Amino acid sequence: MRIRIWGCRGSLPTPGASTVRYGGNTSCVEVRLEDGSLLVLDAGTGIRCLGDELAERGVRQIHLLLTHLHLDHLEGLRFFAPMWNPEVSIEIWGPPSPTTSLRDRIARSFSPPLFPLELTDVPAKVTYHDVPREPWTIGPFSLSASLVVHPGPTVGYRIRAGGATFAYIPDHEPALCGRLAELPPDWISGGAVAEGADLLLHDAQYFEDEYETRIGWGHSSVADAVAFARAVDAQRLLLFHHEPLHADESLDLLEDRARELAGQNGRGPTLAREGMVVELQPRLVLEEHRERRGEAV
Amino acid sequence: MAVARPKHLVLILAREFASNLATATMITDERGYLVYFNEAAEEVFGQSHSEVGEIPFDDWTSRFEPRSVETDEPLPKEQRPTGVALYERRASHQCVRITSLDGLPRENAVTAFPLFAHHDELVGTVTIFWRQ
Repeated sequence: MRIRIWGCRGSLPTPGASTVRYGGNTSCVEVRLEDGSLLVLDAGTGIRCLGDELAERGVRQIHLLLTHLHLDHLEGLRFFAPMWNPEVSIEIWGPPSPTTSLRDRIARSFSPPLFPLELTDVPAKVTYHDVPREPWTIGPFSLSASLVVHPGPTVGYRIRAGGATFAYIPDHEPALCGRLAELPPDWISGGAVAEGADLLLHDAQYFEDEYETRIGWGHSSVADAVAFARAVDAQRLLLFHHEPLHADESLDLLEDRARELAGQNGRGPTLAREGMVVELQPRLVLEEHRERRGEAV
Repeated sequence: MAVARPKHLVLILAREFASNLATATMITDERGYLVYFNEAAEEVFGQSHSEVGEIPFDDWTSRFEPRSVETDEPLPKEQRPTGVALYERRASHQCVRITSLDGLPRENAVTAFPLFAHHDELVGTVTIFWRQ
């Protein structure tokens, strides 16, 4: 499983010289398998460049999984090249609402005065799905989604393919439901999505002191992100949804802080960077390989 | 030992809410399993939640011999407030007489209501025991 970060900034696009190393585009992640099977996670501004690449590759079938409909996860969709190609089919998955369909909620951002065109003007063949309550499959991908703590209906995704598991929870404030180190695992928001994942991509928008004045805004401190990863026994942690006020130097310090909090366990947390690619290998294969070489697993 | 099921977000939020209330509050999941009650409820029942664990609420509440205040007749499980919330999926309020573990009869005004999540799915119930 190949995971590429097209945008990892939280809340607001943040272009400029001070953010060039981590990037300024908002949430968008590509998940691809060797056979070309593809999932797109969220439609922040990072999806614009991904769309150009998908057009070059000639991709005609796209599954887009939205965690929620806050603008920083949706605003790139209007500039996603495949939306404007009548030969492309796009299936959009997102959290359910008790009152309004996913299509109608997305249509708000495709309407004046926010945008000059309507969703009905989009030439691509777009279909909309509420995420199922039960696990489901898209081609070779096995998926499940669970509601997680964030203002408004928001889901995290658990994606499994080729023996590897990737958990995607870019916007999440699990500490709002109690101290993570003290909660039973079954009572932790997002636990079902992230438990034992080979890679957990998780919100870490704030330093601890910043979080104190932003409790309830839906995002995590770096300390809570590390505590969450530990509580769900995730193998690797990729920190995401970088605060717009944090320039590259601040984010370097955030990564240092995350590694300090995680301790010396040999799999220190890493901050997501735009353009970063993570090749996720099946854990069983790695373990077998290590056993053959006589190494401790 | 059975592995506990991950709880729906609505139950997680309800537990956090209840844990900060001074009013006795009990939560079941959609199967009717008692999954949480707060410290204030420990005073009503004479047991802590960690002592009780996750069990069908019918089994547990039967220990308290719930009876109607009006008739003093035993209340069948489907007529208890939590049962109404769970089986009929509507709110219910009644005065119920119970016998606590200390052997003393107590009257409680009890309100129960179902919890529906975004898919309009029943994910559990909340039951509140009001101070008389």
